[in-house]
Amino acid sequence: MIELERVTKIFPGSEIPAVDSVSLTVPNGEICILIGSSGCGKTTLMRMMNRLEPITSGTIKIDGENILQKDVIDLRRHVGYAIQQIGLFPHMTVYENIATVPKLLGWDKKRIDERVDELLELVKMPAETFRGRYPRELSGGQAQRIGVLRSMATDPPLMLMDEPFGAIDPINRETLQDEFLKIQAKLKKTIVFVTHDIHEAIKMGDKVALLDAGRLIQYGTPEELLTYPKNQFVKDFVGADRSLKRLDLLKVKDAMLTDPVHCHADQSSEKVLEQMLSDGLNYLLVLDEEDRIKGYVNVDMLRGHKGVVGDVVHPMTITVGPDQNLKDALSKMLSFDLGIVVAVDDDEKVQGILNTRTMVSVVGETYDERGGHWGKITTGGKII
Amino acid sequence: MEVYQFFIDNWQHALALAWQHVYIVTIAVVIAIGTGVPIGIWITFNKRAANIVLYLAGIIMTIPSIALFGIMIPFLSVFGYGIGTVPAVVALVLYSQLPIIRNTYAAIKNVDPNIIDAGRGMGMTGFQVLFKVQLPLALSIIFAGVRVAVVMSIGIAAIAAYIGAGGLGHYIFMGISQSHDSMIKAGAVIVALMAIAVDYTFGMIENRLVSKGLQS
Amino acid sequence: MSEKAEASTAERVWLSLGFLAAFAAGAYAESLGFFAFAKNNPGDIWYLFKEHCYLVGVSSGIAICIGVPTGIFLTRGYMRRYRDVILNLLGVLQTVPSLAVVAIAMTYVGIGKTPAIVALVVYGLLPIIRNSVAGLAGVDPVLLDAGRGMGMTPAQLLFRIEIPNALYIILTGIRTSTVINVGTAALSFLVGGGGLGDLIFTGIALVDPAYMLAGAVPTAGLAIFINWAFGQVEKLIVSPGLTYD
Repeated sequence: MIELERVTKIFPGSEIPAVDSVSLTVPNGEICILIGSSGCGKTTLMRMMNRLEPITSGTIKIDGENILQKDVIDLRRHVGYAIQQIGLFPHMTVYENIATVPKLLGWDKKRIDERVDELLELVKMPAETFRGRYPRELSGGQAQRIGVLRSMATDPPLMLMDEPFGAIDPINRETLQDEFLKIQAKLKKTIVFVTHDIHEAIKMGDKVALLDAGRLIQYGTPEELLTYPKNQFVKDFVGADRSLKRLDLLKVKDAMLTDPVHCHADQSSEKVLEQMLSDGLNYLLVLDEEDRIKGYVNVDMLRGHKGVVGDVVHPMTITVGPDQNLKDALSKMLSFDLGIVVAVDDDEKVQGILNTRTMVSVVGETYDERGGHWGKITTGGKII
Repeated sequence: MEVYQFFIDNWQHALALAWQHVYIVTIAVVIAIGTGVPIGIWITFNKRAANIVLYLAGIIMTIPSIALFGIMIPFLSVFGYGIGTVPAVVALVLYSQLPIIRNTYAAIKNVDPNIIDAGRGMGMTGFQVLFKVQLPLALSIIFAGVRVAVVMSIGIAAIAAYIGAGGLGHYIFMGISQSHDSMIKAGAVIVALMAIAVDYTFGMIENRLVSKGLQS
Repeated sequence: MSEKAEASTAERVWLSLGFLAAFAAGAYAESLGFFAFAKNNPGDIWYLFKEHCYLVGVSSGIAICIGVPTGIFLTRGYMRRYRDVILNLLGVLQTVPSLAVVAIAMTYVGIGKTPAIVALVVYGLLPIIRNSVAGLAGVDPVLLDAGRGMGMTPAQLLFRIEIPNALYIILTGIRTSTVINVGTAALSFLVGGGGLGDLIFTGIALVDPAYMLAGAVPTAGLAIFINWAFGQVEKLIVSPGLTYD
């Protein structure tokens, strides 16, 4: 747990505080996002937490202990630190970069070797391939990953991250964010995370602290910021399209319709066609005997066909996972001509389905500023 | 103080030696510019030639000047120019090649390709691009090479006094052989001041040569 | 990549051979005396060569021991404001011709090896200090921030981050300085310091080509060799993660 109490920073030669009496608490295992426009003091605030910037006044406590009472070098070695420019040491290999803090702490070689391999495994970069590479031989996304791995090499309970995914293109950034959230779900670190990207804040944050001119304007969950913006500044910052931003927050499993209408691949085409026509269905999901997605069929495919549905099924190439957010699901849905997207788990088993109507109802419901209710939207199994 | 006295007593002679020094350096550097700049331009068209020329010039730079004199004199004396001004000027020209060629080459290569493209797009010929676009932009860097060449030449010309080229080195060598301390100091101080003054002046000119549009 | 490198190595070997061949062929006409001299006096040449190496070795060693720490010192926070002034002063000192430095050293220190070494050290300092400062000041501040944030002490930052990253530029300075010293050391004969300059100056005074070449060829060879050797050392000890043109 990290507690800030009226933390203030005034740079020498400046009248105006860069950070002005900020108090907040980050509970263990949560990601706290510091957000604000450039120059708002978010980075300075973060850099005070490992004393890269001296604290002018106020106290910062980590697990109840005032950081000013700790040895500064020791403090930094036990707090992970990742920065936007990555700062990989160009003269060291990937292995040596990740091993930096373990070496400073005097780990033995075997332990370091194992740790490096384990970390590379975590981001699916084969250790044999990447251990010996130099930073200049990495792509931007790979370098960012190594930068984050380096900061968590000694498994520090607290990590400070200054726009750690800032230096790469938006598509890679999404991937990295998803990866990171998966890792965080397992490791439950306490993380202070600086960004200026409101989407990133909403997606990654358990808590979001919005800063302006060194002051803490609002601190709360992303939902609170979006639903109850404290004042006009917060409203402007989160943007007029904040109902759409809520799509970042909601997960597919919260909105999907479970138990969609379907048939199995070994059913006879004629019977299925008959059923579809009588129910007025244009298309139908096709599953195999273990409820894994095979694809879909429509009326035209089945008309005049003799045999089983499995022979004519059209594969379903675009699916989402139940833990992905609705924004990703929406964009996938829009790229798919049926106007639906099927949610499957890791074994390809069908979990549910999303269509445009459910999306609209989600946005519509949360648009209700009187205090919309957040939660599952389950309107039964049937779809058309 | 005895150095001061030495000046008072010998100012005419000292002036003559200084003039000789300037003369040798000037001739050598003018020749070096005449050869070095065209070579530098030429090798921008030919990567292979650029490698060879820069490598050779680098080797010559590596050879200590007094050793180069030692190697050159036997050859030049075949043509009857073993000692005197000629071998001194030849050596200075050789040494001045590297900074001039290298800077010319680098300066022209460094001109933003978009600017050259713009010139071509306006219908300039290759020569027009070279003379109206590339060289004006490269001028101050080429001049920086000339500055290095001149300062270096002043130093080497001092050593060339030993092979009878005259110049301020004369006082140093004479002083050493006669154990005449004030003469040594006089020679050393004037030649040092000359080098420093030339370096400073050329530095000022170099700054002026940067196109107004490029000055920060 | 490696193919290209090989091609350029081959080109260099070829060039060096061509240079040496042209040089040898031209030298032949004049150098019957030289070879005879070298044959008759191998001990003398070898002795002076060793003396030359000693002068260069000692003076460059001292220059490195003074220059690199000075460069480090000048890039620490508290000294940074004096950096430009000191570099400018050293720059002016470097424009002073080597002969003048040697001569002035003699008038103050007397004759023998000491004034020669003093002059060589003074003259060799600038490239080392300048490159050490440029190399260390050129290290990306982001790396320092990352290192500091990871809990490195100032000494660890210096030895694990700054020096390895600046190493190539520092070594280039040492190389330049040493090669210049080989040439300047030839002048130390004038102040009684010995070395191969002995043969060159005597040869010029006696108008004896054999003498001249016996001194000049090893001097030039030594300079070229040192230049080459440093290039190899750089390749060996600078991290392959760093790239330079």
